[in-house]
Parts: sequence; structure tokens; C-alpha cells
Amino acid sequence: MSIRQSVSRRNFIVGSAATLGGLSLGFHIPFAGTALAQDAAAVAPEVNAWVVVKPDDTVAIRIARSEMGQGTLTGLAQLVAEELECDWSKVTTEYPPPGENLRRDRVWGSYSTGGSRGIRDSHDYVRKGGAAARHMLITAAATQWGVPAGDCTAADSVITHGPSGRTLRYGEVAEAAGRLTPPAEVTLKDPKDWKIAGKPLPRLDTVDKLTGRQVYGADLKLPGMLNAAIKACPVFGGTLASFDAAAIETMPGVKKVVRVDERSVAVVADTWWRAKTALDALPITWDEGPNKDLTSADIRALLAEGLEADEAFIGNSQGDARAELARVAAAGGKVVTATYAFPYQNHATMEPMNATALWTADKCEVWVPTQNGEASLAAAAEAAGLPVGQCEIYKIHLGGGFGRRGNFQDYVRQSVSIAKQMPGTPVKLLWTREEDMLHGAYHPTTQAKLTGALDADGNLAALHLRISGQSILAAVRPEGMQGGMDPVVFQGLTANLPEGHLAYTVPNLLIDHAMRNPPVPPGFWRGVNLNQNAIYVECFIDELAHAAGAEPLAFRRKLMANHPRHLAVLEAAANGIGWETPPAAGRFRGLGQIMGFGSYVAAAAEVSVEDGELKIHRIVAATDPGHVVNPAQVERQVEGSFVYGLSACLYGECTLAGGRMEQENFDTYEVLRMAQMPAVETIMLPSGGFWGGVGEPTIAVAAPAVLNALFAATGTRYRTLPLKNHELV
Amino acid sequence: MVQLTVNGQTHAVEVEPDTPLLWVLREQIGLTGTKFGCGIAQCGACTVHIDGVATRSCVMPVSAIEADQKIVTIEGLSPDGSHPVQKAWLALDVPQCGYCQTGMIMAVASLLETNPAPSDDDINAEITNICRCGTYNRVRAAIHMAAEGKAG
Repeated sequence: MSIRQSVSRRNFIVGSAATLGGLSLGFHIPFAGTALAQDAAAVAPEVNAWVVVKPDDTVAIRIARSEMGQGTLTGLAQLVAEELECDWSKVTTEYPPPGENLRRDRVWGSYSTGGSRGIRDSHDYVRKGGAAARHMLITAAATQWGVPAGDCTAADSVITHGPSGRTLRYGEVAEAAGRLTPPAEVTLKDPKDWKIAGKPLPRLDTVDKLTGRQVYGADLKLPGMLNAAIKACPVFGGTLASFDAAAIETMPGVKKVVRVDERSVAVVADTWWRAKTALDALPITWDEGPNKDLTSADIRALLAEGLEADEAFIGNSQGDARAELARVAAAGGKVVTATYAFPYQNHATMEPMNATALWTADKCEVWVPTQNGEASLAAAAEAAGLPVGQCEIYKIHLGGGFGRRGNFQDYVRQSVSIAKQMPGTPVKLLWTREEDMLHGAYHPTTQAKLTGALDADGNLAALHLRISGQSILAAVRPEGMQGGMDPVVFQGLTANLPEGHLAYTVPNLLIDHAMRNPPVPPGFWRGVNLNQNAIYVECFIDELAHAAGAEPLAFRRKLMANHPRHLAVLEAAANGIGWETPPAAGRFRGLGQIMGFGSYVAAAAEVSVEDGELKIHRIVAATDPGHVVNPAQVERQVEGSFVYGLSACLYGECTLAGGRMEQENFDTYEVLRMAQMPAVETIMLPSGGFWGGVGEPTIAVAAPAVLNALFAATGTRYRTLPLKNHELV
Repeated sequence: MVQLTVNGQTHAVEVEPDTPLLWVLREQIGLTGTKFGCGIAQCGACTVHIDGVATRSCVMPVSAIEADQKIVTIEGLSPDGSHPVQKAWLALDVPQCGYCQTGMIMAVASLLETNPAPSDDDINAEITNICRCGTYNRVRAAIHMAAEGKAG
């Protein structure tokens, strides 16, 4: 736990307030040296890095991770408040700037908000932060009274001296508490004693989202700010050859036309609409580069070759799958083979990428909705050509993240490059939807060939899962590669990793990956590789069950004896949908389960197909994330996972022609809407003892549950997505 | 010069006549509660009311709007978040990231004006706004709650 340090809070962003009529970010945009923020700092010194208590007992809890809809802001505040023993109705939150984190030896830890890690990676130290602050507040009161701290207790922001019954409010002793040395050790509560954490509390950030007062990056307005629209070469690997600035310089509002980087050009104007209008009129010549003829068919062929390649990285191996498959085949036994494919997807956050930058010769500041403030800071410093210490990032709530706004800080680099060409003037860069669709960090495409052998009793004797396709790490985080292998490819498929291991015990098992990397930028798309891995395994297990003449749940159950937590969520989902009783006439059911992001998840789907059209009526989802910090938010994440997962299953596909994506907006990149949304029932089975993620894992079971139900309904296995290509939706 | 009546106030703005209403609201008038999502009337994040009718403002040129037509944005739906739809949204804690929600609320408020008790099929047909976080089922529940006047 850090010791208290002097901190300049003048640049802190004040998060959205908990109460109606409270502070709004819109009125507290940090701007260096504003009197308002300095006043706030003057009246409320921090107790420690995590907690500021104001004289009126308002508590500001510092949140390092980003809020993008997933509820992390509220959940982390609950964990701090639980240990702090403060009055929850007076809790607000604020984002400490990442530069401040560096100046304070990273007292707030990681800012990365991805991999469903926001809570599970930081629960321990944020709770300790709350506990330490409570200890200091109690000690300050005890010191004031001249009594032993051990005779004092705290609850609801009030410290009580037991023997005398005297009380002091947190706000009365916060300043004194902040001067104390923090405790060397604190003891955290047992989760069974939680009063704030673990409860389905409403979000802290709802009110302003109902009135239009919530400010997103796209809404930011700074004094003297100009606006920029950008186009990068639409062909992957292509560059900007030339543009004719003179042709548009007299258009309304245009201030400057700038080369942003080797592939991009931007127009800066007084308003964004004028910038965009002028950019659309700008004559641009692209050098389309080596990929200008690339098509989806080329990529499919590349991956198909990988399915049969001799060399592959092994992610999980037991016994000798190849030998056993050959033996069973030679003996005339039952061998089942199937090939699946998963296409590129775009994150399609509702708020297009944006960042606002202000550059001077000795300072660079960027206001940005980001999943990783420190990654934004690094990108800004690099683009600014300034030391990190002379740069700062101010985080803003995200209009969706889903993995697009974490590793990939392209929009930050662009915004700084533009601002650098307009020193002293803040410039907001906002992408069009088309730019967003053409320059994604795409969910990688893979194919899979699965071969399974059944013994004479219908037991699974051998299974080979060959994955062929794109590695994310090879492109974006090569330091994470292991001897040329991308371990993330095997999400949910490993033998024993706590992040996610296979539920099935198969005596002869081989899961391997033939890496084939098309020149399309891949990224971490909510759920990442768990999405397709769950389809491959869970649909094929269903195929094997069918081949064995077995009921799908019973077939799985036999293979899951060594994995009771996997089985528990699967059975909960199955029971929830009424698996043991027949569905109504015309309705059909399917199951899927997987482990990922440290959690166990399963889904059961009930569908019908009428006049060739698939309708998903009902989903029951079960999840065991170990601990649940806010069941209401977990429920929302599980429900939302089906919107994301089913959007991909039904509609999602980015295809290439001429080296560029063909889908440029929601008219061709369709997503799930109200009319297609099934009822979702969420079952939480937190078994304790570990901390799993919630935002992502359930996405992966959406498609397999539906695809298996679709087979039950039609007798046809749909092995390539999206289903719109099969004219089922 | 274009004259607009927004949330009961008249505004005279200097813009090119083909500028979409969305951008005039956001940039000239400073009302950023109406969001930019797609620019082609697909997602509904830009939904406002024009004479009570839910309208996707990103494709509506200001030149097509008469000065006396009443434009209402999320900021003008109620002075304090007390519109029945907003109250239902608060009661059910509907938003996740929230970016699509103002457009969603405006679309629903308009629907309830013409159809005070929409069925699920009505909702499916009329509320076609996109939410990527996945709030649809809570949106549906909040619509029914607002329709039944149970949001307090």
C-alpha cells in the first residue's frame, strides 16, 4: 500500500455524480490550471490514493480502470466502499490521470480494461486501499479523542468510540487522517460479511445517461477547439500518395488540410461537419500497395491449406490422438469429421473512435475514451515527440469499447499528429462510421477441422481439433508469443490453465494451431478467441453425441467427471431451460458451455424455424465467476453478451474485396436489434475461491447453444457463420 | 441563416443549408445529448422529435425544417429527467455505456405518444435503434413500465 504523497489534483476528471442534479462531467472538463479544480483539491486532500473524503462526507473513490458500460466503475467503488465502511449514498468516483499514476510509482496499478480483468485483477489492492483509509480515519478520530483506536469502530462514514458512544464523521477527520502513516497490514473482510459489495446496487453513472448530460469523447468541447475528420487508405497496407489541398481550402470553415501519417489525411475545420464535408470533396490519391487485389476467397484458401498442414503449434495434447484416430478408422470404427469457420468481425462501438489533443512545444494533453489510459499516454508521447512526463491523458467514459479502445491507440496517435500541426489549438478528431468499419482491429478469422473417434460403446476415444488462422498476438503483442506460438489462440482449450481449460477428458487429444496471418489487422474483440473455440468444441461435441446416438447432455456429462464446475453451470442452464422435459411443439433446444476469462459459463437456447426463418425464443445462461461483486451488473453483462454473440452468429461478417473491407456501415454490417433479442434468464453460481471475469465469457456460448438448437430443429449443421449467409435470418 | 425552434427556444444559425440537423444541434446549438452513430439513419442514436415525430436527425437537412416546427432533443424532453420514460429507465437502471440511450429514449417517448400501450410486436417494429452493449431486454421492460405509469 502506498504512502500518502502530495498530489496535484487540478487535472482530475470528476466522474459522473451519483445523485440527480450532482456534478456532471460536462461542466468539469479538466483544463490545465482551472481555478475550479484547484479549489476542489484545496478543500479535500486525499486520505490515500484511493479515497478522498470531503468535509460534507462526500467520498470520491479513484477508479483506474475504464467504464465503458460494463459496470466496472460501480463494482470497483463497491469494493473500496465495502472496506472503507462509508455511506454508499455519498460515493462519487473520479479517474486519476495516467500521467499522475506514473509520477506516483503507479500507485493505482494497471489501467488496462480488457480481458474481463477490471475487477478480478484489482479487487485485492482496491479493497486494501479502502481498508487502509478506514484504518486511518479511525486512528485520526481516536487520536483526537485520546483513546485507543481499538475501542473505535466505523460504519456508514461515522466513527464511534464504543465506551463513550462519542461519534465523529469521516468528513471531520479526513484531513487529519490523510497526514497519518498508512497501516503496514490490513485485514480484508470475508466476502460473506459484505454489505455493499456483493449487492445488486444501481450503477453510479446512470442519471446523466438519461438526460444527455453524460459527456463522451465525441461530445467534448474545449475553448478554441477545432474539429478534424480523417481518411486513411482503405486498402490494408496501402499509403497516402497525394492530395490536392487547394481544391478544398476555400470551403466553409476549413482551417487546414494535413498529412497525418504515411496513410492518412485529415481536414481541420471549425466544425466537424464542415471538416467531413470538405474531406469528402478532397481529391486523394492512394498507393494501394501489395494487398490491393486481396479477397476473402484468398484468405479462406490460405486458412484451408492450414487445416491440412503438417506443422502446427500444439496447445493441448493427451495420449496419441492421431494414432488412435487412424486405429479406429482402420478398424472400421466410427470417425466423425467436420470443418467450421468464423469470419472477421468489427467491434462497431456505438461511439466512433475519437480523441482530442492539445499540443505545444513542451506539453501534450489528450482527452480520450480509452480502455487503457497508460497505453494512450504512451501513444500520445510517441506521437508528440515529447517525454512521457510532459504528456497527460484525461479519460472520458466510453461509448462502447469491446476491445477496440485498449491496445489500439491509432486514433490517439492521429489526433496528436494533427494537433502537432496546429500548436496551441485543441483539435478533436472524430472518425466517421465508415472510417471505423474500414480501419478496425478485427476479430481474427479462423477455420477448424475436427476429427473424433468413438469406441464401440460410443465413448469419445480420440479428438483432434486443428485450428488454422490468424494470431492476434503475433500482430499486436509479439512479446506474448511463446516460441512462435500464440497461446491466446487456445483460449478455453488448455489442459489446466486457470484462465480457461477444457471441460472434457479425452484419452487421446490433440489441439493444434496452424498459424496463417492474412494482412488484415487483428484485435481483441470482446470474448476474443473463446468465441470461435466454443463454437468449434461445443458444436462438434454435439455432432459426436449425435453420431454416438447419445443425448447431448448425457454425452457431455460422461466426459466432464473431472470438471465439476464446468458441469455445474451446464446443468444449471439445462435445468433452467427444462432440458428433461420436451419443449413445446415446434421448439428445439441446444446447449453450450466453455470456460474463459477465469469463469465457467453455459447457455441453453430454445429456437424455432418457421418458413425457413430462425427465431431464438429464449436463452438460459449460467455463470460461475467465483465471486460476484454486483449481481445486477453481472446479469446485465450476461444479457448483453447475447447481443454481442448473437450479432456475430446471425449477421456479423467483414469481407474483403480489393484489399479492403466491403462493409462500411450498419446497413451492410447488420447487428442484433430489439426484434431479434431473445428473453435471457441469468443464473449465477458463484462458488467462491477464485475471481473470474464476467464481461466476455458468456458471449462464447451464445452461438453454440443456438447452432445446436438449430440442428435439433433442422437436422442440418450450419458450420460457417454468419447464419444470414444460409438465409435463416 | 436558418431558423430553428429547439426545446422551445428559437435559434438563428449560420450553416450550409444541407447540414444535417444532428450537427447543427451538436455544433452550432451545443446540445450534445443527441449522438452521432452512423450518419445514415441506421442506428437511431441521433433520434429527436420534430413536431412530436421521432426523427433520425443525421440525415435531416436543416433546410427541410420550417422555423415553426418544434424540435425536441433529449435535453428538452423534461427539465429534470422526470419524463415517464426517463423515470422508467432510471428505475430499471437500463443504460450500460449509455451512448445509444438518449436516442432510444427519444424513440420510445415518441412511440408512447401515439401508442400508449405498445405490445412486444409493436416495440419490435417501432424501436429499431441499435445498442451494442445489449440493453434490449431492459429497454423492453422499461417501455412497458413507462406505458403502465409504474415508474413512480
